[in-house]
Amino acid sequence: MSAAAHKRFNTPAGRVFDVVNVLLLVGVGLLAVLPFVYVLAGSFATELEITTRPFFLWPSEVTTASYASILSSGAFVRAFVTTVLVTLVGTTIQLTLTALMAYPLSKVDLPGRRTILSLVIFTMVFSAGMIPTFLIVKELGLLDSYWALVLPMAINPFSLIIIKNFFEQLPHELEESARIDGANELQVLRHVVVPLSKPVLATFALFYAVGIWNDYMSPLLYLNDQSMWTLQMILRQVTASASLTAEDLGTDVPPPAQGIKFAVVVIATIPVLLAYPFLQKHFAKGMLIGSVKG
Amino acid sequence: MTTLTDAAAAPAAVTDAARPPRRRRHRLAATVSRYRWMFLLLLPGIVYFALFRFWPMYGAQIAFRNYIPFLGIEGSEWVGMQHFEDFFTNPDFPRLLANTLILAALSLFIAFPLTIVLALVLNELRLQILKRTVQTLVYIPHFLSWTVVVSLTGLLFAVGSGPLWTLLNGVLGSDANFLTDPTWFRPLILLQDVWKNTGWGTIIFLAALAGVDQEQYEAAIIDGAGRWDRVWHITLPSIRPTIIIMLILQTGQILNTGFEQIYLMSNALNRTVADVFDTYVYFVGIQQGAYSYSTAVGLAKAIVGLILIFGTNWLAKRFNQQGIF
Repeated sequence: MSAAAHKRFNTPAGRVFDVVNVLLLVGVGLLAVLPFVYVLAGSFATELEITTRPFFLWPSEVTTASYASILSSGAFVRAFVTTVLVTLVGTTIQLTLTALMAYPLSKVDLPGRRTILSLVIFTMVFSAGMIPTFLIVKELGLLDSYWALVLPMAINPFSLIIIKNFFEQLPHELEESARIDGANELQVLRHVVVPLSKPVLATFALFYAVGIWNDYMSPLLYLNDQSMWTLQMILRQVTASASLTAEDLGTDVPPPAQGIKFAVVVIATIPVLLAYPFLQKHFAKGMLIGSVKG
Repeated sequence: MTTLTDAAAAPAAVTDAARPPRRRRHRLAATVSRYRWMFLLLLPGIVYFALFRFWPMYGAQIAFRNYIPFLGIEGSEWVGMQHFEDFFTNPDFPRLLANTLILAALSLFIAFPLTIVLALVLNELRLQILKRTVQTLVYIPHFLSWTVVVSLTGLLFAVGSGPLWTLLNGVLGSDANFLTDPTWFRPLILLQDVWKNTGWGTIIFLAALAGVDQEQYEAAIIDGAGRWDRVWHITLPSIRPTIIIMLILQTGQILNTGFEQIYLMSNALNRTVADVFDTYVYFVGIQQGAYSYSTAVGLAKAIVGLILIFGTNWLAKRFNQQGIF
């Protein structure tokens, strides 16, 4: 910045603006996380403290009673383990399918490429809706199956196109030399393209994982069997009910009525928060932007 | 979306078409053989799109039939526009339309401008480390599920003990239960929408802002332009294409209120304001089994969305702005 410009920024009015702006944005940043900090504190608080103290960021008496209660619930632990497994397997399948399709589409002279891309883009602006998709899932015999949480959303068109765009701008020489060495396309993809695209693929793996983990609509639509419910379904059941008995939860320990709501929210959120720093490292780098810039 | 479909493929197609037929066929065979691995890799993806994206579109014809699963799609009686007529003349229709449009308007006229404002003030922040920290924080809510957001709302507004219940009732001097009171339904939906998505929404605008030529600002400063002048005359015009694209995309989504959020926030007491097309399709289709009728509702919604997105795009182009198609 030039000296003149710098001087202009440092007028008294300019400085007042800067201070107000900093305070405002610090406030906005805090508002984004305070609700969760409160819930985290509440999950370690006693039932009495939750119901009498309106707001706190640190419980006056730390207790793990809420966690003890839900972790002794067979239904909850089973839902947690199931959701972890479905997320891991589902993410692998979704990312593999997406990358497999993105790679051929990244070859600009592939016959039929434009038609396929147009159809893919069409699905981004038009979808048949909830009921026809539900009926297809039913037709395929996927009701009350964990596949229904993974396959109907296996390839996200946005992700597909961004990964395709990324593959497109990789240096062609490396792929070419692998081909000359006798590698087939699957080998080129596995040993040249994928290693070069690790950050992008990792990011979309996390997006897919968060998508499956957070999904509420698919289990609501496709899982009738309550014993198959995922964590988000259990979370809903726990937080939406006015009062829960030990029997509802299938636990031996009587649940603290409010406390367990806090603890369940925390457990449903923590994995996403753990993945977040890795996600954040990459998504701002502009690859999400490239596709929409016009 | 010119960048999405690569224009580079076009010249090849043109030269192909100019060749005499036999050589072209020969070349086609050669190309297919050259790309056989590629087609093999493409196959699972094509099967996916055919099964889960296009087959439902074929199946959506049950909107024009009285679908009976036992008879199959083609075997079910063709009734034409009957279900659409039933829907548009349904006494619930005006209420559903109003609820949907009001929520969409709140999102379009309040949440969307707030995103731009947040991006602008973030952009004015000169302390880079603070800017990055605030960005990191405001992106987080986007990754939380609607179940978590709605549960958080429930805890924050819990009658008798929730922090926001206590605060808001203290300020208003009231004793409301915000979670069931229909008057508070829309403000709460907007609040959740803003909290969850505003931060994330700034990414695209911040990227556009990063591309603005800094020399323009220096020139403006030397000419005596104040901070507000610079935002109004340089920053906003520079990101106008991005704003328009996002506006087009958002307009196409007007009838999509977000099923999960509304479904999770609705309860027996706020149905009058909470029922929107998305949740209506679920209640009527999945819970009551009126497949054909609810498909018609969904289809009507999707077609209006398609018209809206192309309509705004056309308008944007008419006014000499860059569209997305």
